[in-house]
Amino acid sequence: MGPFPRSKNMEKFGQRKDAVDIVFQRTMLVFPLLVLLIVGGIFVQLLLSSWISIKEFGPAFLVTSTWDPVAEKFGALPFIFGTIVSSLVALLLAVPIGLGTAIYLAEYAPQWPRRIISSLVDLLAAIPSVIYGLWGIFVLVPVMRSHVQPFLGKYLGFLPFFQGPAYGIGMFSASVILAIMIIPFIISISREVILAVPHVYKEAAYAMGATRWEAICTIILSYGKAGILGGIILAMGRAIGETMAVTMAIGNNVKISASLFSPAYTLASVIANEFAEATSKLYLASLTHIGLVLFLVSIVVNILAWLLLWRINERQKIFQGR
Amino acid sequence: MNLNDQTIGNDILPGDIRPHINTELQNGKPLFVSHRKPLEESLENPIPQIMVKELNFYYGRQKALSKVSLGIPAKKATALIGPSGCGKSTLLRTFSRMNDLIANARIEGTVTIDGRNIYDRDTDVVELRRRVGMVFQKSTPFPKSIYDNVAYGLRIVGIRDKKTLDQIVEKSLRQAVLWEEVKDNLGKSALALSGGQQQRLCIARALAVGPEILLMDEPCSALDPNATARIEELIFELKDDYTVVIVTHNMQQAVRVSDFTAFLYLGELIEFGSTQKIFTVPKDRRTEAYLTGKFG
Repeated sequence: MGPFPRSKNMEKFGQRKDAVDIVFQRTMLVFPLLVLLIVGGIFVQLLLSSWISIKEFGPAFLVTSTWDPVAEKFGALPFIFGTIVSSLVALLLAVPIGLGTAIYLAEYAPQWPRRIISSLVDLLAAIPSVIYGLWGIFVLVPVMRSHVQPFLGKYLGFLPFFQGPAYGIGMFSASVILAIMIIPFIISISREVILAVPHVYKEAAYAMGATRWEAICTIILSYGKAGILGGIILAMGRAIGETMAVTMAIGNNVKISASLFSPAYTLASVIANEFAEATSKLYLASLTHIGLVLFLVSIVVNILAWLLLWRINERQKIFQGR
Repeated sequence: MNLNDQTIGNDILPGDIRPHINTELQNGKPLFVSHRKPLEESLENPIPQIMVKELNFYYGRQKALSKVSLGIPAKKATALIGPSGCGKSTLLRTFSRMNDLIANARIEGTVTIDGRNIYDRDTDVVELRRRVGMVFQKSTPFPKSIYDNVAYGLRIVGIRDKKTLDQIVEKSLRQAVLWEEVKDNLGKSALALSGGQQQRLCIARALAVGPEILLMDEPCSALDPNATARIEELIFELKDDYTVVIVTHNMQQAVRVSDFTAFLYLGELIEFGSTQKIFTVPKDRRTEAYLTGKFG
């Protein structure tokens, strides 16, 4: 310390180790360790339970497309493909809608619609996924079959994604349901992030003669970039793991097809569908193996996302450190 | 400078510096305000560029400005001083309609810049803000490169030509006395600059769009004395070409940089006149009390 004589109290405040303090600190340490233990435990258990399958198929499991329980030949590729494609298409649909809604809510909406829409959005996030699945089967799929898919096939049919018969049920319907399910996350997080951009920066942009639109595009979004991406990643994580609604709408067909109209399968839905009928040891182990792959896909996606966020944060840290 | 004495009372202008308003009115508005006066006269009497008349300002029910009237001379530096909450920042912000962004804010009276009431319904606010630049208390560099920060205002008006941009960026940075320090690092993030440099960058950014008026809201309050001195020098130079209005808490700063000073207290304009007069022979005892540190 400087020229001030250190008072007895200050010394005490800085250095005293209270017994209660120590106990509290140790107790708090238990909880994060517990989280680590759970994650580690899940991983080890998945590894052990799928060991027969890992030994039998090796790394080829990830790149084979056969899924034949009768012949006991298993490969995860169609499911990996289904999970990643349905999540990406869902993001593609959900990000513009979610971000647009968030911008409207944060920047344009007057008080009362903002409140109403915001609470509706939060409500949307609370609906159980099986309800989304039912809605998908009874409402979305018929509409897809009779209107949306024929329309897309007619006008965008030159693209391989929109070719083939319109079953209704399939990758596209599953993606749309997923999109609807993740939109609330994107809206809520993006809205908070946009509202958190310091007012002075918005003012500075307006003071430069920026219109509202220009201020949002150039300043608010570039300040909120990291946070908005974080929200999108969270949404993607949810899309990857979503089981019930997807299982009900995707058609559960072990096939890799470029067309979004054709039925497909995801990692999560194959586990949900076939777990009960997996009688042989290898079959069961292969399903657990699928679970392991799902676990790893989620982790890889999250790590990629962290890296992305970390890069953005590095660039903004200089600013925050000030 | 020969400055007149009649500063207070009904006379809203420092001395006899009424605007030469074309007396022909159209729809009740003066068509044109001439800035050209006979040479010998203009040397002595600056011309008001911003005319504030009977301005009342409310945040919701709270009245922040009460019947403020004054004329801010062109190409001079005018300081707005007064204790916290006296309305000086509010007044400053009315000049570029920054208060439009505040919900519940309400304004009465007129603010006329170059003969046009900027609160007219047909005012193009975006255009107004390009003509009236603003620098904030806290430096507000955008998370972009130094170059892109200065070019920001130019790009949004659609200037894309690299050569033109280069030229204006260099000129603005030179004007803001930042060029020598950053010329080799124009691509570097503006966020990596020091606080004083960031504030000068913000000034350069404001100058780049070619404003006529520069509003500064306590531009040095977050800076160390060294950086403050540089900004003050800069303001001193800028007032040759720009009308500068600066809000400051620092009396010495007002004395150093400004030609005119307005003292506000509790939302009212108490006194307005040449800085020299205000600080040496204030007319109102409240001004005197404030300047001598009796309150504030």
